[in-house]
Amino acid sequence: MKTVYLSKIRVTLRSSILDPQGKAVEHAISSLGVGNIQDVRIGKYIEMKVNAADEAAARTATEEVCRKLLANPVMEDYHFEVEKLQATE
Amino acid sequence: MTRRGNAEARVKFGIVVFPGSNCDHDAYHVCKHVMKQDAVFLWHKDADLKGVDVVILPGGFSYGDYLRCGAIARFSPIMKEVIRFANDGGTVLGICNGFQILVEAGLLPGVLLKNASLRFVCKFVHLRVENDTTRFTNRTVRGEILHIPIAHGDGNYFTDPETLARLESNNQIIFRYCTVEGEVTEEANPNGSLANIAGIINATGNVLGMMPHPERAADPLLRHTDGQRIFKSLIDHFVPGEHAFAETGAERR
Repeated sequence: MKTVYLSKIRVTLRSSILDPQGKAVEHAISSLGVGNIQDVRIGKYIEMKVNAADEAAARTATEEVCRKLLANPVMEDYHFEVEKLQATE
Repeated sequence: MTRRGNAEARVKFGIVVFPGSNCDHDAYHVCKHVMKQDAVFLWHKDADLKGVDVVILPGGFSYGDYLRCGAIARFSPIMKEVIRFANDGGTVLGICNGFQILVEAGLLPGVLLKNASLRFVCKFVHLRVENDTTRFTNRTVRGEILHIPIAHGDGNYFTDPETLARLESNNQIIFRYCTVEGEVTEEANPNGSLANIAGIINATGNVLGMMPHPERAADPLLRHTDGQRIFKSLIDHFVPGEHAFAETGAERR
């Protein structure tokens, strides 16, 4: 029996990489007059459903997709959570 | 392969067409009509390089720049063949989006980040030739300045310090953004690129990626012809000697 899992993936710029987009947003926030905001970083959020025998298999598949496609390890890190949705045939 | 002594010999260029490529016809026009060589388009879904001598990955916005520039194109069927071709020593020139695809495919090191200004920059720049011993630059002279346009939003070259040191010591940095006098300065850097890098070559010297567009500065009708130097270098590499394209340029030097 296979189970559907939901992978929730965050791809973020590595801390060593300057994020000009984040900087621009940070400036906008300070123009907005909201204080105490610093180090704004912009990333990507990706969801996908994975059909897998168990959570370990779902994690392995997600890991592979992250490593090979969703994130470029030269400039990005990734983190993900896997959540059980429902059992299927 | 060289075909010295054969006056009829021409170089066969293959220009890859991805959905969203938009400099493919410019590259074809320059190879075929300006440089008077053979040129064919290579469709992204095909897996046949049609026996070309040089593969060009043209500029544009392959797959809408989705995910990251070049990230999706890297998985198209033709790229499997291009990667194999490059690993066997085949000549590959990636221009703009083509450069982005080459780094995503792992054929060149590093990555192209968003321009430091966050703006799309479309203008003529000056490039200093840093290495004139490659098959892409043998018709240039080290230290000379080429006037070629750029047009990109993600051309900010970045890599780790170790890779940069390796690129420097192996002479793999081929072009740097510079002033009209040839000085490599921060003001001359249009996108924030590390060390003003505009183009790099792989360690084996057969794969070049560059953000500037030589095909946009090649047809004499458009006045600027410095981009021809890259194509002439390639042609000279494959077919040394005099060429019919000598008539094509009122070059500045």
